[in-house]
Amino acid sequence: MPEKKLYVGTRKGLFIFERNGAGYELVRSSHLGIPVQNTLFDMRTGRLWALLDHGHWGQKLSRSSDDGKTWEEIESPKYPDGEMVNDDTAATMRLIWVAATGSKDQPGRVYLGTEPGGLFQSDDDGESFELVRSLWEHPSRKSWFGGGRDQAAIHSILVDPRNHDRVLVGVSCAGVFETTDAGKTWAVRNKGLRADFLPDPNSEVGQDPHVVVAAPSDFDTLWQQNHCGIFVSKDGGMNWADVTTDGPANFGFAVAVHEKRPQTAWVVPAVSDECRIAVDGKMVVCRTDDYGRTWTEHRKGLPQKDCYDVTFRHALDVSGDELAFGTTTGNLFVSGDGGESWAAQGNYLPPVYSVHFHRG
Amino acid sequence: MARVQFTRHLSRYFPDLEQNVEIEGNTVAQIVSGLDSRFPGLAAYIVDDQGALRQHVNIFIGNELIRDRKRLGDEVRADDSVYVLQALSGG
Repeated sequence: MPEKKLYVGTRKGLFIFERNGAGYELVRSSHLGIPVQNTLFDMRTGRLWALLDHGHWGQKLSRSSDDGKTWEEIESPKYPDGEMVNDDTAATMRLIWVAATGSKDQPGRVYLGTEPGGLFQSDDDGESFELVRSLWEHPSRKSWFGGGRDQAAIHSILVDPRNHDRVLVGVSCAGVFETTDAGKTWAVRNKGLRADFLPDPNSEVGQDPHVVVAAPSDFDTLWQQNHCGIFVSKDGGMNWADVTTDGPANFGFAVAVHEKRPQTAWVVPAVSDECRIAVDGKMVVCRTDDYGRTWTEHRKGLPQKDCYDVTFRHALDVSGDELAFGTTTGNLFVSGDGGESWAAQGNYLPPVYSVHFHRG
Repeated sequence: MARVQFTRHLSRYFPDLEQNVEIEGNTVAQIVSGLDSRFPGLAAYIVDDQGALRQHVNIFIGNELIRDRKRLGDEVRADDSVYVLQALSGG
């Protein structure tokens, strides 16, 4: 059985947990005091990446070849001179929000999603990065805007394992964009989404996917937790169906999909927009096994009183029937039974930004 | 040559960074460039990818905060003391 391990990026460093018996224990920490926005384990190279958001010193990339024991800093990508966010604002690197590898037959390919909306690409394992100009120069790009942040940002990057020329990105706020020709052209994939915060909720661009994930077993099944609900696509993003409920499965940030069953997904709901706290002061995970037609609530082992935790968009992950999520209040919960019951593995972590299972 | 002093917080990332580094340059931008040659990567901690002073970093010439945070064009004289400090922010 492969080793079970969790990478937990927090406001105050990276924490690595390993399975020990029935639970997980903290075995290593790094970058203490530094916000670790996200992590990436590259199965092709065995390298672990940490995306750092120094409060003072800017955005940095840190890389480890020994699973976090030692780290090297590599040069962060730069927006080319003269690039503008809009007519008034020069583009500067404000956040490296997500990293993704290319497919197995693309050695060295790494993508970074950033604020103010640039996708960067490396073909030498991060030694150098280039702005993906085709997306940056998309006719809609200067109309993108920030959702919860000052400027638009790419938070989701999905590389189709069947065809690496097909890549989808999720942008807050703009929506989902897809290339099928290795980044030469990009198409908007927002049909069926709605943006209740816009004068025209059905606007082609301006949607706010909080995160977009693809089913590992069927890359044409895509899920997104959106600012305005939960949406699923069974045709690779061409059409989205609203599967939001009147119950708690509504507002939130994170969504995860089962590795083998594309119809099974989980969300960690919060009270909407204005509040962003746990629903009724109680933590709940909702699960669907039928593409979102119905959702079940799971609370066993989760706090059901005086709880104000929220789970951010990269802070929920699934591996087999095991799930893990972290919260803004520094709790880390793990489930071994598909999300039906949970156990806290840490209650005193810094605010959690990302949780990822090791995939080796 | 101007003498440059640093917030101690930078020594976490640049352990070899000594205080009172002497650097040649007529502007703050030239000083930062000179520092980066001496301590590769240091400039990226002080200025952003467009060369502007990072929001939470301050540079003083003597007791005066520099005025040009965007292009770092403030004049530096040979006998000046330059301070690269961390602004107070965050939690």
